[in-house]
Amino acid sequence: MDMAGLSAYAVFFLSLVGIYAIMALGLNMQWGMTGQFNIGIAGFFAVGAYTTAILTSAPAESRVGGFDLPFLVGLAGSVIACIPVAWLVGRITARLRTDYLAIATIGIAEIIRLFFVNESWLSNGTRGIPGIEKPFGLGNNGYLLIIIAFVALAWLLVEIARRSPWGRVLRAIRDNEPATAAAGKDIARFRLQAFITGSCLMALGGGLYAHFVGFVSPEAFRPLYGTFLVWVMLIAGGSGNNLGAMLGALVVWLIWSSTEMIAGLVPTALIGSESAFRVFLIGVLLQIILVSRPQGLLPEKRPPMPGEKR
Amino acid sequence: MIEIERISRAFGGLQAVRSVSFTVAEGSVTGLIGPNGAGKSTLFSIIAGALAPDSGAVRLRGEDITGLPTHQLFHKGLVRTFQIPHEFSRMTVRENLMVVPARQRGENLIQSWLRWPRVVAEDRAILRQADEVLDFLEIGHLRNELAGNLSGGQKKLLDLGRTMMTDAKAVLLDEPGAGVNRTLLGKLADAIERLNRERGYTFCVIEHDMDLIARLCDPVMVMANGELIAEGDMATLRRNPQVREAYLGTGVSGNAGEVAS
Repeated sequence: MDMAGLSAYAVFFLSLVGIYAIMALGLNMQWGMTGQFNIGIAGFFAVGAYTTAILTSAPAESRVGGFDLPFLVGLAGSVIACIPVAWLVGRITARLRTDYLAIATIGIAEIIRLFFVNESWLSNGTRGIPGIEKPFGLGNNGYLLIIIAFVALAWLLVEIARRSPWGRVLRAIRDNEPATAAAGKDIARFRLQAFITGSCLMALGGGLYAHFVGFVSPEAFRPLYGTFLVWVMLIAGGSGNNLGAMLGALVVWLIWSSTEMIAGLVPTALIGSESAFRVFLIGVLLQIILVSRPQGLLPEKRPPMPGEKR
Repeated sequence: MIEIERISRAFGGLQAVRSVSFTVAEGSVTGLIGPNGAGKSTLFSIIAGALAPDSGAVRLRGEDITGLPTHQLFHKGLVRTFQIPHEFSRMTVRENLMVVPARQRGENLIQSWLRWPRVVAEDRAILRQADEVLDFLEIGHLRNELAGNLSGGQKKLLDLGRTMMTDAKAVLLDEPGAGVNRTLLGKLADAIERLNRERGYTFCVIEHDMDLIARLCDPVMVMANGELIAEGDMATLRRNPQVREAYLGTGVSGNAGEVAS
């Protein structure tokens, strides 16, 4: 690869890292801070991507919209559309904990994906929605800056949440629910707020993704890319640590992308099953992390007390 | 202050609590004793909102609070501790206390985002309040320890400390002395007495340590087989044959506490 090609690849690579970083931050709010086992990330990712696709693409005959609205309106739409969806999912699963919540959310994410596969009046079905443009006539380089700005904003919001009394209640819930209720906190309300806020970040990631690739179809929202990788990123980076979530996105996406490059080097016996082999490698990586460094690359730190410098 | 009116509760065929009525008077430290299986804990859970009664009512200053969830009872001024300490193990001792105060501005996420400086200022005041409570309980040196690393007795003190972070006036203590060594137990009793005397807290205490009950509680309610069989001060109860039969043990004239515990 020549220099120009290398730099173009770096921009492409970092854009996806940024999008994943936002989703890992959202998951950190749900899992790292509250202990909610959401394996339905792909569903909220899809809601965000499709919403901005429908709002900002050019009008089409075969489906509702597009409405040709500006980029920021589309992105705001992604987040706003996610609120009722997350609220509904959160209410349905309010009494579920741990594995039961996991099973329910993965099911709901598949329902959302199949909804977009089948309801082609809205989503154009498996053909997908093309022509989702980048804002302000930007190319990949300029759009990377926009992604970075949103990563910074997401980090700021989640970090303030973590340090706030609100985040303190979430950590209390994660530690001991009966004692949190005995301290007068409405656990269901806090859990739902964390679930919705985290999901909205996933939808924001989806919206940014749609404008980045310019095309959405249900294929992009399979659990592997939409959910599984985000989990590996958060666990590897450090659950409960916002910088860790972002670092995890970088490291895991680096490893994931480089396995794509070595796909050409696999033994002849494995040709045809490269993609399965990559998933296998990531699974092994997750196992190694969980055994050797369960707290992740950057372990969770106690938030500073008011007035304390950290 | 807390009126318990004909509370009954059965589990399957087992009648755990049978039409129990009594009143926890304002400003009192009321004890609740009885052998294992007497129905104390069931009654306690009903008062604390963790369990619904089959019949009967619990009133707080005349207001019916039967079956309200725990977090709503908190806001009505009734808080509880747990038999097994329920600390927030991965949070510091200070943070354990700072979670508790009601109506914190920063508990609203939007407020935290938009008015961060005010949230921090308010949190500073809560931090000072937490440190005062820790000094009162003489565990100030543990303020930055993770609560999960404390000893069983220290966790009990922390539980009590959490109730001090509230505006509550009525506190339910579920076996505050269980698993606490003698020295720490004295400290715990001191704290309960001071809270009662100086701050006017009303306590309702389940306890098996008769020395602790004798020191703190007047009156004492005695339960056996789901029923209230006697009430009065500890000296009177020790002479009551029915109470000795059911709980304190017969034929021992001296220190009943040794027999009971």
